[in-house]
Amino acid sequence: MADTLIARQNQGLGKRLAPTLQLGLPAIALVAMLAVIFWIRPAAMSYFGFTLLFKLAVPVMFASLAQMLVIMLGDIDLSVGSFVGFITCVTALYLDSSPMLAVAIYALSILVYAAVGLLIHIRQLPSIIVTLGMSFIWLGVAIILLPAPGGAAPSWLSGFMGWRPPLLPLPILLSIVAALIGHFVISRSSFGAVLRGAGGNPRAIERAGWSVTLIRAAIYAAAGALGVIAGLTLTGLTTSGDPNVAPAYTLLGVGAVILGGGAFTGGIVSPIGTVIGALTLALAGSLLSFLQVPPTWQIGAQGGILFLVLAGRILLAEKTS
Amino acid sequence: MRSRAFKTLTLSLMAGVMLASAAAAQEGVATGDTSSKKIAFSNSYAGNSFRQVMIKSFESMGAKAKADKMIGDTAVVSSNNSVTEQASQIQNLILQGYDAIIVLAGSDTALNGAIKDACDAGIVVVAFASGVTEPCAYVVDYNLDSYAKAELDYISSKLGDKPANILEIRGMAGDGFDKRLNEGVKKAFAAHPNYKKVGEVYGQWTATVAQKEVSGVLPSLPQVDGVLTQGGDGYGAAQAFKAAGRKLPIIIMGNRQDELALWKQEHDANGYETFSLGATPSVSQVAFWVAQQILAGKKVPKFVEVPLLQIQQSDLDAWLKTVPDGGVVNADYPQDLVAKIIDANVKKEPLPMVPAPK
Repeated sequence: MADTLIARQNQGLGKRLAPTLQLGLPAIALVAMLAVIFWIRPAAMSYFGFTLLFKLAVPVMFASLAQMLVIMLGDIDLSVGSFVGFITCVTALYLDSSPMLAVAIYALSILVYAAVGLLIHIRQLPSIIVTLGMSFIWLGVAIILLPAPGGAAPSWLSGFMGWRPPLLPLPILLSIVAALIGHFVISRSSFGAVLRGAGGNPRAIERAGWSVTLIRAAIYAAAGALGVIAGLTLTGLTTSGDPNVAPAYTLLGVGAVILGGGAFTGGIVSPIGTVIGALTLALAGSLLSFLQVPPTWQIGAQGGILFLVLAGRILLAEKTS
Repeated sequence: MRSRAFKTLTLSLMAGVMLASAAAAQEGVATGDTSSKKIAFSNSYAGNSFRQVMIKSFESMGAKAKADKMIGDTAVVSSNNSVTEQASQIQNLILQGYDAIIVLAGSDTALNGAIKDACDAGIVVVAFASGVTEPCAYVVDYNLDSYAKAELDYISSKLGDKPANILEIRGMAGDGFDKRLNEGVKKAFAAHPNYKKVGEVYGQWTATVAQKEVSGVLPSLPQVDGVLTQGGDGYGAAQAFKAAGRKLPIIIMGNRQDELALWKQEHDANGYETFSLGATPSVSQVAFWVAQQILAGKKVPKFVEVPLLQIQQSDLDAWLKTVPDGGVVNADYPQDLVAKIIDANVKKEPLPMVPAPK
């Protein structure tokens, strides 16, 4: 990683701008989509409008950040979606009546995430298979806990998600805070370089005296914690638990990470890009309903938007190489 | 400034007068002006034939209402069985300025947040064919207790109060619809103490499965006088009785084309008589008109029970002609019929029946 950084500084201005442009593309797509929506419906350009447009992007964003941490290690997590569903069930069932039990389950599930990370690392198993298996386990446990959708979010949680802070709408505020924290921890701090190194070049990190095993377990645990936050925010929005509420989050998360400039090779991720990617993906569906695309076309067209943005990114990447 | 204040005052006065005149129209069709109102349909899933017919019914009725200046515009959005996507679509519909949203919910509870947002924004929300629990939404649905009661009442109208043996064909184990209908059957049985349930099988609303399951239990059963069904299983049950060489009992049919065709064939051959009932995909039209009527100022109860489409012997030929091969009976719900349904709900009277086609 350090080598490439130095090399990059010696490159010309155009080449140095390329990664910024790459990262900028989803941001440009986001602004363009917003412009179209506001053009169709100027009333949406308000505090209330922003809140409604991005409300449901908040849990997607946290799930995407969880996915980002795993992708940073060069792995992939196919269980995020059902894990978020599981958390909504736990939250809707226990957080109000017996908060201690709920918190204990959260802590335990974060430990399970860490254990999965260890298992994948120590036995050198393919993460795609292990997490696919975990996705069925989370779903199964969620269905045992809550066979039919129901339960109720504690009022403080739904109150928080409905909170209207001054100046900035809550979803925007949360996105900025999450992106900034992520940026400083992952992209800026020296500790972040070690974390990224654990995915990009684990040997170098090991030689520098770090325990890759510990780092990997810790990152998986952090991914689990972000998944818990995603589940909590989602429960606050839907006010109930449902095991099948969020299967789409798994792949939306992967999409957001890659859109935001991440790569499957490990070590290359961008928290700011991921947050923007998640917002872009969440808005793509909205754009189509504002454009009144016929319902049968919407599902395919959503994929089309994703494809366009991604193609643009790859074109830019090819120019630079 | 003054002229503006004056304008607001007149406007609000006008609105007040309009509201008052609309509220006066308690019974029948409310005629408040809805020519500029927009109604959207948020659908959780569009991937089977029942839902396709449901969307088409809504669109055709919406287009007709638009031509008649009853409504400004309509729209349909479908999410691919993803509850979060449906929630965000509802949020979008709020922003797009729809006056009413009818919802076929993918989850009874997970849309509560989005539905509450819509209500708070002053939008009329009508949920149909699903048990949405958010109290601000109007719910349009069938009553499955009436479904079971209509089945047993027909059997008793034919057999009287003599002791009789009844076979119940259920849907699928663990399914919500099946559970609620079965509870209705239990209640209906309480009113007919002479009837004895001699067997129960799961037919999965499918002719072939029902035939296999009924064939499996028939040898162990005494004479069966009546068969309760859930729709889609009547044809298979009849085949099973025929294959076993038994006399056809009264099998309640479920408005499927194959069931009606078999019923007609048996009636022509040996005077067999039964009765058919079921849900219709066009319940989306009921939800549409309920939303329109609320916008027009009609007082509507929070729960509107929709009558099941019932077919008597005398109407069999007329209905059978309208059903495509392999399809389900469907019928348009015009505005005046829906107004009558609402009134019957308010007055707790028997619901008006869907008239047979001419």
